Amino acid sequence: MDLDKAREGSRLGLSQALSLVENGLPFSTEEEGDVIGITGAPGVGKSCLVDQLAQAYARNGEKVAILAVDPSSPISGGALLGDRLRMESADLDDLIYMRSVATRGESGAVPSVVADMVAVLKECGWKRIIIETVGSGQAEFRIAAVADTIMLVEAPGMGDAIQSEKAGIVELVDIIVVNKSDLKGADETAANINSALSAGSKSIPVMQVSSHTGDGITYLVQAIDEVADSGISRAQWQERLASQWMRKMSHHPNLDSILDKLESSQISIKEAILLMEGKE
Amino acid sequence: MATPLRIVIAKPGLDGHDRGAKVVARALRDAGHEVIYTGLRRTPEQIVRTVIDEDAQFLGLSSLSGAHAHLFPRVCKLLQESDVGHVIVFGGGIIPTADRPALFEAGIKAIFGPGTSSNQINDFISTAAAKDDAGCGAESDWHWGD
Ligand SMILES: Nc1nc2c(ncn2[C@@H]2O[C@H](COP(=O)(O)OP(=O)(O)O)[C@@H](O)[C@H]2O)c(=O)[nH]1
Ligand SMILES: [Mg+2]
Repeated sequence: MDLDKAREGSRLGLSQALSLVENGLPFSTEEEGDVIGITGAPGVGKSCLVDQLAQAYARNGEKVAILAVDPSSPISGGALLGDRLRMESADLDDLIYMRSVATRGESGAVPSVVADMVAVLKECGWKRIIIETVGSGQAEFRIAAVADTIMLVEAPGMGDAIQSEKAGIVELVDIIVVNKSDLKGADETAANINSALSAGSKSIPVMQVSSHTGDGITYLVQAIDEVADSGISRAQWQERLASQWMRKMSHHPNLDSILDKLESSQISIKEAILLMEGKE
Repeated sequence: MATPLRIVIAKPGLDGHDRGAKVVARALRDAGHEVIYTGLRRTPEQIVRTVIDEDAQFLGLSSLSGAHAHLFPRVCKLLQESDVGHVIVFGGGIIPTADRPALFEAGIKAIFGPGTSSNQINDFISTAAAKDDAGCGAESDWHWGD
């Protein structure tokens, strides 16, 4: 793949490279970067928050790339990608690059190609990368496979996810953001989250921001850098490993023939695993 | 499965009505395409930037405000100047018949009035996608319909 144009700053060159990778060309890089994963229920204001963060980085003269991931329809295979609606700054500022990504055939909220798209961005000089993804139970954990810093977004009146389905997410999350602090009930939401967290052993900052007024965004930017310095947790490493493992499996050259044999009862699961490991 | 087409649906101009654009966006999604919806009141420059960032093959422009006569050709011109003359552009909304020849001349390849069925739009998309001279910067004067 020819990245010369993209490295020299051509947005079209970058976009076309990202498409090649999205369509299946593997890519990896040794280049480093800071990848922030933002997850949370639909409507909590993730896209508005991403817009605010991107503007804050751009104001500091920093380039920032955004990947906004939304699910493909399992029926038609198509997708409606509407995050740009809330990210007008991406159309205006040369320091901001924004790309919508559909999950295509993959079940998780973050398809495995996203890791390779992130690699393309890093390789082309986009070191600060934000990934927005819809939280949907277990699947959202896959963001840990690509992001260095994970932010869970909540909002008043949306129910809080910490209490309910997402036991375990606390292991992976670095910052919890209560967005819409301009609305009534934000204090209460933050207090509820804090008291739920106090039962656990990990201390996670809970920050209030308003993506409408911009309140709290500066503090959030600082907090992101602080937690980024503290490195990647064991639980995060486990997600990274699991995701790469899955990827390896779904790209295994003999996957089809092994599935054929399983389907026709020629082999057991145990034998299939040995075949995949090349030990038959 | 074939790689989905990427289609940007945008609304230049100042009118605040996006129901029609949203209906088209959903119909295209249901036909298996990846549709990037940009929201209201985007400038031609912003729309072209979106098309480039998203590496879209198609761009659908919607206008109800009479802005089409000036803004649609401007978008086509900017696309050509930005090396993305391969992008196929179609228009929708309220566009008088008398205005259409000039828009085709500018590089718009189809114009759909209110009440167009999604089948018609999808037929256009698949026909145009199979052609190699349907881009807004192509020399050919092919366009959809008569
Ligand atoms: N009052 C208020 N509304 C917000 C705020 N942030 C986002 N919203 C609104 O919440 C809705 C969903 O926002 P969006 O960013 O699309 O949420 P997402 O689905 O999580 O990406 C929109 O109507 C926003 O205008 C905020 O800080 N305060
Ligand atoms: Mg969003």
